[in-house]
Amino acid sequence: MTYDFFSKLFGSDLIAALIQSLLPLFIFILPYALFAVWWERKVSAHMQDRLGPMRVGWHGALQTIADILKLFQKEDIVASSIDKPLFNIAPVLMFVGTYAAFAAIPFSSVFIGSNLDLGVFFIVAVSGFSVAAILMAGWASDNKYSLIGAMRSAAQIISYEIPTILVIITIVMVTGTLNLTTLSEMQTGHFWNWMILGGPGSSLSKFLLIPSMILGFGIIYISTLAEVNRTPFDIPEAESELVAGYHTEYSGMKFAMFFLAEYANMLAVSSVVAALFFGGYQSPCGYLGNLIGLKWLIPIEQIFWFTAKGLFFVFVQMWLRWTLPRLRVDQLMNTCWKYLIPLAFVNLIIIGLITLI
Amino acid sequence: MALKTEHMTLNMGPQHPSTHGVLRLEVELEGEIIKSVQPHIGYLHRCFEKHAEAMTYPQVIPYVDRMDYLAAMYNEFGYAVAVEKLLGIQVPERVEYIRVIMGEFQRIASHLVAVGTYGLDIGAFTPFLFCFRDRERIINLFEMTCGARMLYNYIWVGGLSHDLHPDFVRNAKEFVSYFKPKVKELNDLLSYNRIFIDRTANVGILPLETAINYGISGPNLRGSGFEWDIRKDDTYSVYNKFDFDIPVGKGLQGTVGDCWDRYYIRIQEMGESLKIIEQALEQLPEGDVTSAIPKRIKPPVGQVYSRVENPKGELGYFIISNGSPNPFRVKVKGPSFVHLGIMNELCKGHMIADVIAILGSIDIVLGEVDR
Amino acid sequence: MIQYFKNIYSAIATIFIGMKITFKHLFVPAVTIQYPDVKPKLPDRERNRLYVNFDDCIGCDQCARACPVECITVDTVKGLPTEDLGKTSQGKKKALWVTSFTIDFAKCCYCQLCVFPCPTECIYMTDIYEFSEYERSNLIYNFSILTPKEAEEKKANYARFEAEKAAEKAAKAAAATPPANASKEQ
Repeated sequence: MTYDFFSKLFGSDLIAALIQSLLPLFIFILPYALFAVWWERKVSAHMQDRLGPMRVGWHGALQTIADILKLFQKEDIVASSIDKPLFNIAPVLMFVGTYAAFAAIPFSSVFIGSNLDLGVFFIVAVSGFSVAAILMAGWASDNKYSLIGAMRSAAQIISYEIPTILVIITIVMVTGTLNLTTLSEMQTGHFWNWMILGGPGSSLSKFLLIPSMILGFGIIYISTLAEVNRTPFDIPEAESELVAGYHTEYSGMKFAMFFLAEYANMLAVSSVVAALFFGGYQSPCGYLGNLIGLKWLIPIEQIFWFTAKGLFFVFVQMWLRWTLPRLRVDQLMNTCWKYLIPLAFVNLIIIGLITLI
Repeated sequence: MALKTEHMTLNMGPQHPSTHGVLRLEVELEGEIIKSVQPHIGYLHRCFEKHAEAMTYPQVIPYVDRMDYLAAMYNEFGYAVAVEKLLGIQVPERVEYIRVIMGEFQRIASHLVAVGTYGLDIGAFTPFLFCFRDRERIINLFEMTCGARMLYNYIWVGGLSHDLHPDFVRNAKEFVSYFKPKVKELNDLLSYNRIFIDRTANVGILPLETAINYGISGPNLRGSGFEWDIRKDDTYSVYNKFDFDIPVGKGLQGTVGDCWDRYYIRIQEMGESLKIIEQALEQLPEGDVTSAIPKRIKPPVGQVYSRVENPKGELGYFIISNGSPNPFRVKVKGPSFVHLGIMNELCKGHMIADVIAILGSIDIVLGEVDR
Repeated sequence: MIQYFKNIYSAIATIFIGMKITFKHLFVPAVTIQYPDVKPKLPDRERNRLYVNFDDCIGCDQCARACPVECITVDTVKGLPTEDLGKTSQGKKKALWVTSFTIDFAKCCYCQLCVFPCPTECIYMTDIYEFSEYERSNLIYNFSILTPKEAEEKKANYARFEAEKAAEKAAKAAAATPPANASKEQ
C-alpha cells in the first residue's frame, strides 16, 4: 500500500522502491536499536539494584547516541594478518541478513516491506545469512578465540533452526499459509483468536490445540533465543571464555554493525514469534478506530500493538539474559537435539492429529 | 586414511576477562577438549618476601595486606598470630574477639567475591552484583572501624590500631539480620539454577586422595569431603569458644568434590561465619585494645611457623628472627598458589568453558599466587 | 524417561524462580549513588590523603621512619640559639627548622603507620580522596611553610653558625693547648 502511494507521489517505481526499502531502517530499526541498547542497560541496571546510565539526557536516554558518536570516532583497527575482504564484508553481511528479515515482517495491515506468500520461510532463510557472516568474521580475524566462537556459532544456529522450522510447520499445518500478513489477519478480533490460544473459531480442535501451541511457543522462543546468540545461549560470544567470540578483533563502526545487528535480530525474531502466536499487529481487545469510527487510526494502533508485542518479547530476552548463566557448548547441543527437537516432533504429530479431526 | 590433526595452543590471559587477574593459562586443545593446562604465573610478583626483610615487624603488615587483597584482614590476622607466637605475648580478650569478628566478616566478604565472580564466569551477571552489593556493607563496617576499605592495616602485632566504633556492634547485628535472607535469594537465583548445576556439577572432580597429595586446603579440601578446618583442628585465637559446623562436600548435585560442591561449601561457610559473628558480638568483652602492643618489636632469635584458616585455605607464616627489629626471613605458605597447581589435573578431558568454571571454583587471588 | 521429564521440569522451574527474583529487583531502589553529584558520607575515621599541620611539626622524623614505602622525606636544620622557632599548640618548644617536608602521594599506601608515632599529632589522615593529577610530580606535596629561599637561608645560617662554633672551638682549643703539646699527647 505504501509502495503504491510513493510510486504515485514520485511517479517512479525506482524511487518508491528505494523509499519503501529504507523506511523500516530509518523509521524503525535504527531508532529501535538505539532505544534497545539503552533499554537493555536500564533493565539490567535495575535488576541489579543499580541505576545504569544517568548522565546523557533524561535517565541517560541519549547515552546510546553518545556511544555511537564515540564509536564513529574510534580508530578502525585492522590487524596485519587478517583476511581483509572477508573481514570487511562480515559486519555488512551480518546486518544485511537481519535487515532483509524485516522486509517480510508486517508492521501493520498497510505497511509491510514485501508481502511475500512465503514470508515465514523467507525470514528463516535470510536469517541464515548471519551464520555465514559469523563464520567469515571468525575466520578472517585470525584469532583463536574468534575462530572457536565462529565454529560454535555455526553449529548452534544450524542446530537451532530445526526446532524453529518444526514449530513453524505446525503453525502452517493449522493455518495453511506461510504469509505473515494472512496469518496476522486470521488472528484478528480479540486475544482469544490468537494462535497461542488455538487460533480463530470456537470448535473443539481449538481447545485441544492450546497445550500444544503453548509448548510450540516455548520451543520456538527458546530456539530463536539461541539463534540470536542471547544468554543462556550466547556461547559464540561468551565473554568469560572467548573474550568476545567472533567479534573480538572488531572495533569502531564495524563492531557497531555487529552490535546493531544483534539488537535488530532480537526484534526480528520477537516479531516473528509475535506474528505467529500472538496475533502480530492485531490488537488484543478491538480497535479504538473502529469504536469511534476513525478508519485511519487503525494502522497507527496496529503499529503500536506490533511494537508493544515485539518489545515485550525483547524485554523477556533481556530479562532472561540478566537472570541466567550460560550453557556449555555440548549442553547447548543436548538441549536442542535431546529436548527441543523430539518435543517439537511430538508436538507436530499431535497437532497433525488434531487438525485431522 | 587417518586425518593428520594438530593440537591447538590457546593462551588464556594474562589479559582475559576471567582469569581473575593476570594469570596466563597455556591451554592445549583438541577441538574444544583440553589436553593440558599450564599455568604461567609471576605477572604480579612484587617481591613481598624480600621486601619484608627490609621492614620492621609493624611495617610488614601493609605489605601482608596486599597479598590476598580480598581477605586482607585475615592476612594480618595470620601475621599477627605468628609474630605474637614469636614474641610470646598474650593479647587481651577483647582484641581476640574483635579479631575473630573482623576475620569472619572478611571471610564472608571474600566468599561473596568468590561466589559472585564464579557466577560471572559461568555467565550469570546479576548474582555477581548482588554479591558485591552485600560485600559493600561489610566493607563499610571495616571502613567505619579503621578508615580503609580494602587494605586495612588494622590487626597489629599485640593489638589493633583502633577500638571498635561505638556504632559497630549495632551495625554488625543489622548486617547479620540483613544478610541471612540474601543468602537464600542467592541460592534461588544461582546455586539451584538448573543451568548452573549443569555447568558445575560433575565438572572438575577433585578426589580426596589427589587433593591431599597436592596439599589442597580450605573450602577446596572440604569440598572433596574431608572435614578439616584449622579453626577447629588446630585452633588459634578464641575460635574454640564458638559453636559452628564445618560444611563438607556431599555431592548433592553430582559427585563429591566437583565444582558445585566447592561452590556450595562457600555458601554454607558464610552461614557458619554469621553464626560465629553473632556469638562473638554477644560475648564481646570490654577492655583496651592497644595495651598489649609492644613499643618496639624485637623478637628473640628464633623461628616460628604459624597457620590460620584464611578464607581460601591454609595461610601459613614462617618467620625467622635474628634478634633485630627486622625479620630475617618471612616465608608465606599461601593457599592460592598451592591450589593453582591442580589446574592441569582437574581440567584434563574437559572443555574450554570448564577451564573457566574450574578456575573460578578453586578461587584463587593472583596477588597471593605471585606475592 | 522419568528423569527426562524431571530435567525439563527442574530447568523450567528454576528458570522461573530466578526470573521472579530478578523481576522483583526491578522495583527495588538502587543502592548505588550518582557519584560526583551525590557524595557518600564518609566515616570519621576515614583514611585518605595525609595532611601535615605544619605549625605543630617539630621535625622529629618519626613519621618518615615509620613509613613502609618511604614516601615521606623530612629535612631539618637546627635552629640558632638566638632564633625563636615558636611553639607547638601543645606548648612544646621547637628546636629544628623543617626546611622541607614532602610526601609523595604516588607512593603513599595509606596505611596510617606514620600517624601514630607523631608526638605532636600534627600528621593525620583526612577524608579528601579526589586529588588525581596529570603529572606524577604534582603528587609530591611539600608541606613546609618555608620558601626554598628561606630554607637555603636557614641552612646557610646554621652552616655559618656551625662554622663559627667550630672556629671558636678551634680557637679555644688553640688558646688552651699549644699545637705542639697536642701532637705529643697523641
